[in-house]
Amino acid sequence: MNQYFHSIRIDPEKCNGRMKCLRMCPTQAIRVRDGKAMIIEEKCIDCGECITVCPHNAIIPLTDPFGESSRFRHTVVMPSPALYAQFGREILPEKILAGIVKLGLDDAYDLAFTCGEVSFAIQEYLREYNGPKPLISNVCPTIVRLIQVKYPALIDQVIPIDTPRELAAREIKKKKSKTLGLREEDIGIFYLTPCPVKMISIKQPAEKGKSHIDGAIAISDIYGPLLSAMEDIEKRSYQEALKSICILGIGWAMVGGICRTLRLKNSLAVSGLNEVLNVFDDMERGKLKNIDFVEAYSCHQGCVGGSLTVENLYISYNKILKLIETLEFEQIKACPDIREVRKLYKENYFFIEGKLEPRPLKPLDKDLTKAIRKRKEKEQINESLPKIDCGACGAPTCLAFAEDVVKGEAELSDCIFNLPQKFTELSRELLELLNKSAIARTVKSNINKTLNNKD
Amino acid sequence: MASRESALPVQKIAMTDENVFSQRFEIRGGDFSNAGKRSTSIKEILQEIGIDPSIIIRASIASYEAEMNVVMYAQRGTLTLSVTPKKLHFKLEDEGPGIENIELAMKEGFSTATERMREMGFGAGMGLPNIKKNADKFEVFSEPGKGTSLDITFYLNETE
Repeated sequence: MNQYFHSIRIDPEKCNGRMKCLRMCPTQAIRVRDGKAMIIEEKCIDCGECITVCPHNAIIPLTDPFGESSRFRHTVVMPSPALYAQFGREILPEKILAGIVKLGLDDAYDLAFTCGEVSFAIQEYLREYNGPKPLISNVCPTIVRLIQVKYPALIDQVIPIDTPRELAAREIKKKKSKTLGLREEDIGIFYLTPCPVKMISIKQPAEKGKSHIDGAIAISDIYGPLLSAMEDIEKRSYQEALKSICILGIGWAMVGGICRTLRLKNSLAVSGLNEVLNVFDDMERGKLKNIDFVEAYSCHQGCVGGSLTVENLYISYNKILKLIETLEFEQIKACPDIREVRKLYKENYFFIEGKLEPRPLKPLDKDLTKAIRKRKEKEQINESLPKIDCGACGAPTCLAFAEDVVKGEAELSDCIFNLPQKFTELSRELLELLNKSAIARTVKSNINKTLNNKD
Repeated sequence: MASRESALPVQKIAMTDENVFSQRFEIRGGDFSNAGKRSTSIKEILQEIGIDPSIIIRASIASYEAEMNVVMYAQRGTLTLSVTPKKLHFKLEDEGPGIENIELAMKEGFSTATERMREMGFGAGMGLPNIKKNADKFEVFSEPGKGTSLDITFYLNETE
């Protein structure tokens, strides 16, 4: 059962079975059993929609708690660029990174710079690529999982350039172990994450054996302490601080950011899982062949919309956008040297370490004939249901319930609309019992009277 | 993962042989906003049955093109999916203008699409040729002025 690691857990103590998650889950991976929500591991793609919607905070992201990173001799934190959008407009990355170090961590690394390198690497790859189009960004692990599960035909179009967080972690470990004289295992690298899914890409990478990152801390967990840590940090002038920001990297926090900062004219950016599904459907039908690159995020507005962020996603989207505009206006290019990137690219520095394989859902049955029969049974059961998707049975839709019945995971009588029928059957059985009993002759005649009156 | 069940009319049809799964979808001509939804449902059904992914992709493209032909040219039509352990079959029947010259319609680039359809990105004259390219067997029957029917077949491997 535990074939797949998930970054989400439901706390049965807190769960009230309100079914909000049941309806919200885009892959129908949640069922409510005995009044408590549970996750079907195989179907979950860790998008985190359920975390946001739960009114009781019963769905817990399994990120690392902040303050427990001391098992390493040297601890480095790399924040997702989405962190930079969580504070007021005047607080720039430089100050945020200083704040992190003040919290007692050994170092804070600006991931935006690596994002910039990867942007250039993507550009290189796009230039020499001549396979089927469009290529798809792999930055959002939920999207990568969605493709593995539901769009296996598109898997070769996922760009094989590794994510900035993985590349940066590999590089930091290599460099720090040299300068500090430590073993790589003694250096702990933690990612400050805007969403729970990054946790799985660390615990169970989609394409390789082991991640270079040691853990992930939720932005929402570090937000409060960081805010107070930043209070008495000396201010550099705004102009001065701007000069250290890599414009190519900062765009990675929001949907369309990669395309915009790379000036990819023939690209498409989409966010929100349902929107992504529509775009991928069309892509699979070959309707997007003239597009070069697709940036897709499961969260609305991209990483700034992650379920573990604090700021309103539209406000943080706007902040990143304004920052990009300011940097463009001031013509600040604190970006990696493209010649250096090209050199590394030729040495295969940026490519993923394994191969992304499809992970299709299990069919109704391994045997084709049986699977056909079961799919037919599912349709027949579905026909007998009220099709109002009330959720009282614990499945999100009548069709999903029909599938659960076929799989033997639910009983037809779990459908509340089957209850009157059930009562009728039961009362008939009772009557038969009474008919057989000599003692209850008087009762029997009374019941017969009422039944007759009703007719 | 049946995430987006369509609320489109699905007709119950007699399913006598227990080893055949069939489902009929109705298509309304000019209904561009729902175009593609039956193909999405069909793809989900095929995934649940466990059809080989490479066949699913070919079948989705063919069913989409076939569905679009009805939406673009006909008044109404039906798309019937049937799956047996040996083959996957689409039957399309529409009430529409029919095809004057089938041989010509099968040529890439030939199209009778209107300006409006082309503006929407359709009518590149790839519909029928695309079905032919993806299907294992493809037959077109048409009576001009009455309608068109398509028979699209894919053969499944005995075992996976």
